[in-house]
Amino acid sequence: MKEMKFYGTALPNVEIEPYSGKLIVIEGADGVGRSTHVAMLRTWLESAGNAVLDTGMTRSILAGRGIKNARSGHTLGRITMQLYYATDFADRLQNQMLPALRAGFIVLTDRYIYSAIARAIVRGADPDWIRAIYGMALVPDAIFFLRLGSPETLAGRVLRSGNGFDYWESGMDLGLGNDYYDSFIAYQKLLLKEFDRMIGEYGFHVIDASRSINRVATALRRGISRVIETEAPAAPKENPKIAMVEKQVTKPAKDGSSVAS
Amino acid sequence: MISYGHHRYPGRLFVVEGTDGSGKSTQLALLYQWLRSEGYSVFFSEWNSSPLVKDTTRRAKKRRLFTPTTFSLLHATDFADRTERDIIPPLKAGAIVLADRYIYTAFARDVARGCDRGWVRELYRFAVKPTAAFFFRAPLDVAIDRIAAARPTLKYYEAGMDMDWSNDEEESFKMFQGKILDEYDHMVNEFGLTVVDATQPIRTQQRQMREIVSRYLKERLKAKEALER
Repeated sequence: MKEMKFYGTALPNVEIEPYSGKLIVIEGADGVGRSTHVAMLRTWLESAGNAVLDTGMTRSILAGRGIKNARSGHTLGRITMQLYYATDFADRLQNQMLPALRAGFIVLTDRYIYSAIARAIVRGADPDWIRAIYGMALVPDAIFFLRLGSPETLAGRVLRSGNGFDYWESGMDLGLGNDYYDSFIAYQKLLLKEFDRMIGEYGFHVIDASRSINRVATALRRGISRVIETEAPAAPKENPKIAMVEKQVTKPAKDGSSVAS
Repeated sequence: MISYGHHRYPGRLFVVEGTDGSGKSTQLALLYQWLRSEGYSVFFSEWNSSPLVKDTTRRAKKRRLFTPTTFSLLHATDFADRTERDIIPPLKAGAIVLADRYIYTAFARDVARGCDRGWVRELYRFAVKPTAAFFFRAPLDVAIDRIAAARPTLKYYEAGMDMDWSNDEEESFKMFQGKILDEYDHMVNEFGLTVVDATQPIRTQQRQMREIVSRYLKERLKAKEALER
């Protein structure tokens, strides 16, 4: 069991109580392969007997549809957009993530507050303002940042996915380039800069996403295994030094218990 | 992002605040008529009116999907859209904007629902500081009587039924309105709200309001004359 810890002020009407689940965040740029990896991880975790909830931006019952409609009109102001996303996040946090964590689920989230913060800052929001709003967020057990340093490679992946460039994910509202490609490259560069700044601040585990899907998947599984299998009751005691080093590496979950697997 | 108190626009923004039944909308409508007849360009902006958010709010109220936090955030989203669409552009163009309810409504309601005072204020930091904010203050029993006369049934969130303070709608409504009024009273000094005694005759209240508004408009005209000279 682990105590709930929030970045800032906890939500009203939320009972702060220990939870037995794990909150695992997969962050990274558009086209980096987050959703592919979340799907693979889910299968892997479930086949090992873990109950999994996966969630991601705009999937709330409250605001998901509203955001999609607003995005299609291209008339969404910058501050309005940030707050709509915060509403979506709060609804999922209170109605999906927290209940699942209390029930012992592994919650896999495709993006968390970090993407929202990076997008807002790139659009001129005051960094303190957007961070204060997301002070409602639960501190995750682990954050994996799929990092790809080359926006050109990202662009190639977006195209290969068959969906093409999205207006907002290309940052077209920012007027950074003459066409979707130029804008996408410029926008992703700005976002990467913000993400890199957050690595230390939030304790991201950085995973080099320029490698093959299989190698990234292996790295993710290894990282997640450490988080969900800490302090197993059967752990041998004869080697305390190694155990201590291990604990430091897996800092975010040091007081968590393992979920039955 | 420009923070509260730091926007510099040639237009003027006047807002009315107060509990339900305080008569603030009536007063704002009368002010609107007067300003129009004086030849000003006047825009009107209402609480909860963003076309991007309206449907989501309506559905959430109907299906009772809100928590205090999401209630607060969705109303802030609605307000942000109004700010970006209906409030800032006319102010930039030098027009007068009248707002029926403003950020103080959110501060009062959300804090009454248990949201953190500091968090809610931070949330609305992007808002334009009004030229003047009128708080129509009616004692609790007067406001409740007025609403009871106007509306036979109370809505779920309006009565604060989501807070489980009481199973009785009327009882819950009274408690909720009491908490809201307390929050408004705290804000009078914090934000320099202009208090209007809402138990006075309508004409008296309107006269007070016009006096104050015209003062801000005269200032503006004087400044303009000085500039032309």
